[in-house]
Amino acid sequence: MNDAVTISFDQTLDCSGLSCPMPIIKTSKAIKQLEVGQVLKVISTDSGSPPDMAAWSRQTGHDLLDSSQDDGKYVFFFRRTK
Amino acid sequence: MSKSDPGAPRRLALIASRGSLDWSYPPFILASAAAAMGWDVSVFFTFYGLPLLLRELDPEVSSLGNPAMPMKMPFGPEGFQKIDWTVPAMLQAVPGFSSMTTSLMKQTFKNKGVATVSELREMCVELDVDLIACQMTMDVFGFEREDFMPECNYGGAAAFLEFASDADVSLFI
Repeated sequence: MNDAVTISFDQTLDCSGLSCPMPIIKTSKAIKQLEVGQVLKVISTDSGSPPDMAAWSRQTGHDLLDSSQDDGKYVFFFRRTK
Repeated sequence: MSKSDPGAPRRLALIASRGSLDWSYPPFILASAAAAMGWDVSVFFTFYGLPLLLRELDPEVSSLGNPAMPMKMPFGPEGFQKIDWTVPAMLQAVPGFSSMTTSLMKQTFKNKGVATVSELREMCVELDVDLIACQMTMDVFGFEREDFMPECNYGGAAAFLEFASDADVSLFI
């Protein structure tokens, strides 16, 4: 979590309580609301999220800046690249 | 990156051939997830998968013929919820048992934060997934176009195969 705190972000998306595939669907919608270069913070409680979010990042090309886990919560930071 | 054009988005081609509550999830989950990753997605709904495109979507599930289905309760104390009940097939055939199984499965999904089939279908529409109703199945089972959601398209084997021939992932569900 220490890394996560130092990353500044422009928008937060809380997907707590949602199961696959809703976290990546909501993430894909939310990142479209940002400008290129801005950062989205995503919170998820779905333990399938770490591999899913990494795959989503690779497939869409939006940078996964950081991913961390704390007390059942997974936190991801994505930068919109295009 | 479809095979014929490396610059184009990846493609997913699905055939949805089953329409019960349990089997309605995989095509809508995969289609919406792929579309969320920027892929072009087409789902061909045929035979018992066709009713998944009806305006009123309310699929049911039966434990009969699904011997591996966990028979667990979505309520009560934790220890109680972990019990996998053994229910004789004769009892599963009793009228009303399928409705009960359906509502228990829906409750379990809700408890676990899984979206409903209708919500996932809406996501597919929002994400521009191409939902194709099999015209031949419609004719065989006596469906009319006005029975189906307005967003779906209509086609046959050739239309699906043309899309699938250039797809990165093709699955029959």
